[in-house]
Amino acid sequence: MIDSAPEKKLQEFEERIARGEKIEPGDWMPDEYRRQLIRMISQHAHSEVVGMLPEGAWIPHAPNLRRKMVLMAKVQDEAGHGQYLYHAAETLGISREEMLDALLAGRAKYSSIFNYPTLAWADVAWIGWLVDGAAIKNQTMLAQCSYGPYSRAMVRICAEETFHYKQGKEMIVKYMTTGSDAQKAMVQDGLNRWWWPMLMMFGPHDSDSPNSPVLMRWGIKTRSNDDLRQEFINEEIPEVLALGLTIPDPDLLFDETSKTWQIGPINWDEFWQVVRGNGPMNAERLAARQKAHDDGRWVREAVAAYAEKVASSKYASGK
Amino acid sequence: MNILTLQPYLLALADDQMILSHRNSEWIGHAPILEEDIALANMAQDELGHATLFYNLYCALTGDDPDALVFLREADAFRHVQMVEYPCGDWAFTMLRQYLFDAAEMTLLARLTESAYTPLAETAVKMRNEELYHYRHTSAWLKRLGLGTEESHRRTQTALDTLWPLAQQLFVPLPGEEELVQAGVIPSSAQWKAAWLDVVRPFLTTCSLTIPADDTPPATNRAAHSEHLAPLLADLQKVARLEPNAEW
Repeated sequence: MIDSAPEKKLQEFEERIARGEKIEPGDWMPDEYRRQLIRMISQHAHSEVVGMLPEGAWIPHAPNLRRKMVLMAKVQDEAGHGQYLYHAAETLGISREEMLDALLAGRAKYSSIFNYPTLAWADVAWIGWLVDGAAIKNQTMLAQCSYGPYSRAMVRICAEETFHYKQGKEMIVKYMTTGSDAQKAMVQDGLNRWWWPMLMMFGPHDSDSPNSPVLMRWGIKTRSNDDLRQEFINEEIPEVLALGLTIPDPDLLFDETSKTWQIGPINWDEFWQVVRGNGPMNAERLAARQKAHDDGRWVREAVAAYAEKVASSKYASGK
Repeated sequence: MNILTLQPYLLALADDQMILSHRNSEWIGHAPILEEDIALANMAQDELGHATLFYNLYCALTGDDPDALVFLREADAFRHVQMVEYPCGDWAFTMLRQYLFDAAEMTLLARLTESAYTPLAETAVKMRNEELYHYRHTSAWLKRLGLGTEESHRRTQTALDTLWPLAQQLFVPLPGEEELVQAGVIPSSAQWKAAWLDVVRPFLTTCSLTIPADDTPPATNRAAHSEHLAPLLADLQKVARLEPNAEW
């Protein structure tokens, strides 16, 4: 009886997922489901927060009033996404402080794409179009995931990411159709640097993705990395080429039989190097987070001390 | 009264908001807590919006282009006060600068809603609600910083010692003020300053901060800038100046 109880619970849990029900915070769930969700949601939250850095670096340089306003609003959205996601992870019994500690200690990951530098203004546009575009593919899938709070956060986030995608694409289209030679060159240079890292965002091939089977089994992921990557490539490549841009892949071809675009091999050594912390900007990104955390310590202490004083004075005055 | 007299005044208002917005936006991604990344981004956007409204009023009189004014103008032609061009400093400096500015803007906008120049009055009405939110936010912070810990108090008092004289530059009369005041277009700077002092003095005292004795503004006009403006504009105008004739 005692032995069979967890198995029965697991069976009921899996039946709920099979029926398409959402699992909610107070519900029974396997420890591994909780662990995987905390890992994924916190990693996702950290990606939003670290992701503020490469684009935020260009807010001071945005070239006109409208672009400056849009970029501030966009990076603000990323902070908001980080906030929803930390809250979603908190429903699984971990605190924001614990998650931030894990990030700063290098125990938690964030999307490797943010370990690449933003070297020119057009990089901001490519992040909007291709990086946010790739994120939308993944997040649209996650909006269907079996854990209620994560799924609902994704619905809100996807709506906002769609604006991010549009503003990036609008910029590229404008520079490529009515821009100067220098603007066009800046756009092409950005594409050369962001193309491959962006494709790596979908994660390793299904055969090399250690967490995928359990995530698929429990409805956290409902589609494979390769499947999402291929769908994205098929949608975006024609649009990029239509603008007269060159995709930095000598093996790229359109397969007439399957009506799909085929890309050359992805450099997975580079991917794993960046994941392991050896990308071009890993140290800088974590150092920036650490500095904000350290510089903010006295501020957080002041807030806590003030709250304590207010609470004790209310207590003393009987209010 | 010739309405063109209003030009320097509108440019001063626009530049103050623009440069402060730029400085606040530098915090995005680096604030002490995530909620403040969001708040600073919000205030910076509001200020950029206010700057744009004031530039539009100015450009309606001069025929200039707002983007060119901001992104291609030389440093000596900017007319903001030095307070807003100072680097962000620590959280105490940023919040106190914002508080002093919000109190000034709030008291000014209350009067500008009754301006005899309708476009200015209408613009002031649009901005006023947002400014009230800023004021609430920064005054909530100053209580925490002034009354929180010894360190937060020390940092905030240090910020006040620097910012108090700088803030006085807001109230240095601009050319043509007398004529504009008589026509009911703007309040006098003396009247504005008195209203500001009525707000900030008692509040800062409740935050356990001491108002410095020195209230000499850093300059007697708005053409004089500090050493901080040139690097600020190098950042602000960096991309636009790559291709000054291109559309961005």
